[in-house]
Amino acid sequence: MKLVEHFQHGLDAPICLTWELTYACNLSCVHCLSSSGRRDPRELSTEECKAVVDELQRLQVFYVNIGGGEPTVRSDFWEIVEYAVDHQVGVKFSTNGVRITPERARWLARSDYVDVQLSLDGATPEVNDPVRGEGSFDTTMTAMRNLRDAGFTGFKISVVMTRHNIGQLDEFKRIADEFDAQLRITRLRPSGRGADTWDELHPLPEQQLELYDWLVAHGEDVLTGDSFFHLNALGSTPLPGLNLCGAGRVVCLIDPVGDVYACPFAIHDEFLAGNVRDEGGFTSVWRESQLFTRLREPQTGGACTSCSAYDSCQGGCMAAKFFTGLPLDGPDPECVKGNGERALELVGAGADKPTPDKDHSRRGGRKQTGVPVAIGWGPPEPDRLPDRACDTSPLAGMPAPREVR
Amino acid sequence: MSTEVFAPDRPYRLSPSVALRPEPFGALVYDFTTRKLSFLKTRLLVDVVRALEDASDARDALRSAEVPADDHDRYLDALAGLASAGTIEVRGD
Amino acid sequence: MPENAANTTAANTTVTTAEADIEEDLLVEEVSIDGMCGVY
Repeated sequence: MKLVEHFQHGLDAPICLTWELTYACNLSCVHCLSSSGRRDPRELSTEECKAVVDELQRLQVFYVNIGGGEPTVRSDFWEIVEYAVDHQVGVKFSTNGVRITPERARWLARSDYVDVQLSLDGATPEVNDPVRGEGSFDTTMTAMRNLRDAGFTGFKISVVMTRHNIGQLDEFKRIADEFDAQLRITRLRPSGRGADTWDELHPLPEQQLELYDWLVAHGEDVLTGDSFFHLNALGSTPLPGLNLCGAGRVVCLIDPVGDVYACPFAIHDEFLAGNVRDEGGFTSVWRESQLFTRLREPQTGGACTSCSAYDSCQGGCMAAKFFTGLPLDGPDPECVKGNGERALELVGAGADKPTPDKDHSRRGGRKQTGVPVAIGWGPPEPDRLPDRACDTSPLAGMPAPREVR
Repeated sequence: MSTEVFAPDRPYRLSPSVALRPEPFGALVYDFTTRKLSFLKTRLLVDVVRALEDASDARDALRSAEVPADDHDRYLDALAGLASAGTIEVRGD
Repeated sequence: MPENAANTTAANTTVTTAEADIEEDLLVEEVSIDGMCGVY
């Protein structure tokens, strides 16, 4: 049996998973998949986080990807990371670099089993900052310099590919090479605040081809998080990776309040499997939840099964379909054969699309007018950081208008 | 990673930085230092890898795991691959 | 399933998933820990 066939039925434990530690963030990226900004007062406590690590250790989950929001703004972040690696759970954390000071960079360089991933969406501030906020390019570059100076090589630079940065692929590779880091490019999905900016930011069809061709030519040491398998139909060379949707089968998300979702791009009730605070904890959610049991049943391609490309694209991304209002058993909105565009026309431009359940965005909601709001901390100097590890918005901790739980 | 040629008449073991997690189809293998993830696709191979620790050499591990004679070459090839990836290493004893 | 595919493979039988279609009866397969959709 091919490996992917084993995975489609799910495993007794995830291979790895994403763990968003907090919805607090010093930035307000316009495409944030978790609509982050303000801390949720129901966040898991330090002890609850350690209990999750204990479960992951028992399940032999080798590795977690810790993100958020900005995970390093939790005051117990480094404690949780140490606890994880002390309990046979490797960590890679995703950060905008705000707390990667020279001293912290040296700590990281000394730490075994901790990897760092820096987010960057433009090879220049002109391209990066409109998406991630004024000063964010500088913050990330400073963190990268601190890591390099501390001797930390091989860290990841993660880029969300958009209409505006596809032309900078070579430049991103050059930056990664300059820092002896590894470039990672990922797909923009219409999730979280990405739903609002999807129309302006998602790559155009001809750019998808450019991207696919570039990956085939240069993808040897470029990571993709397996997020471009929907492009496989563009050529005969399948991109490296499992090339399947692992949501609820080999991966999942644990969110800051302990909710378990099929994947980080699908923060919506539709893809909510349970909560780690439930009786039986994460283990029983993974093994017994109705949602994951359903996802592990044999999936038919639905409308896509008759397409010659189905074997290589697997119908694309569940979350991308869901948040653009498309049926899950039909084409991906970015289907390279154009079937997604046709399907979107059928759905209708004004149709109601599912909106993310959770919105921890700053200043009252997702809609950003004009320049995206950003605190813009600039270079991560300790005396410029707030003395409380939470956001400084006066709305911090207040429920958003639509929050019900 | 090992540049030493795999030898079926030497004793081997799972490398200390590697974790092995059995699955219905075989096993997941993760090397914490190289961050490489591998899949052993048969339970028999898992049995072989686990038998390495106490076996006098690699061939002995195949016998102990009851690998059919016809498959010995295939399984030795698989072990050679694991050795060059650093998943298994020569035992010091 | 013919055995010749496996026998003609040289000592290195570890392949990446991209080639797995051809070599389905190989015993070891390697995938990047990053090569799973839905993980940061």
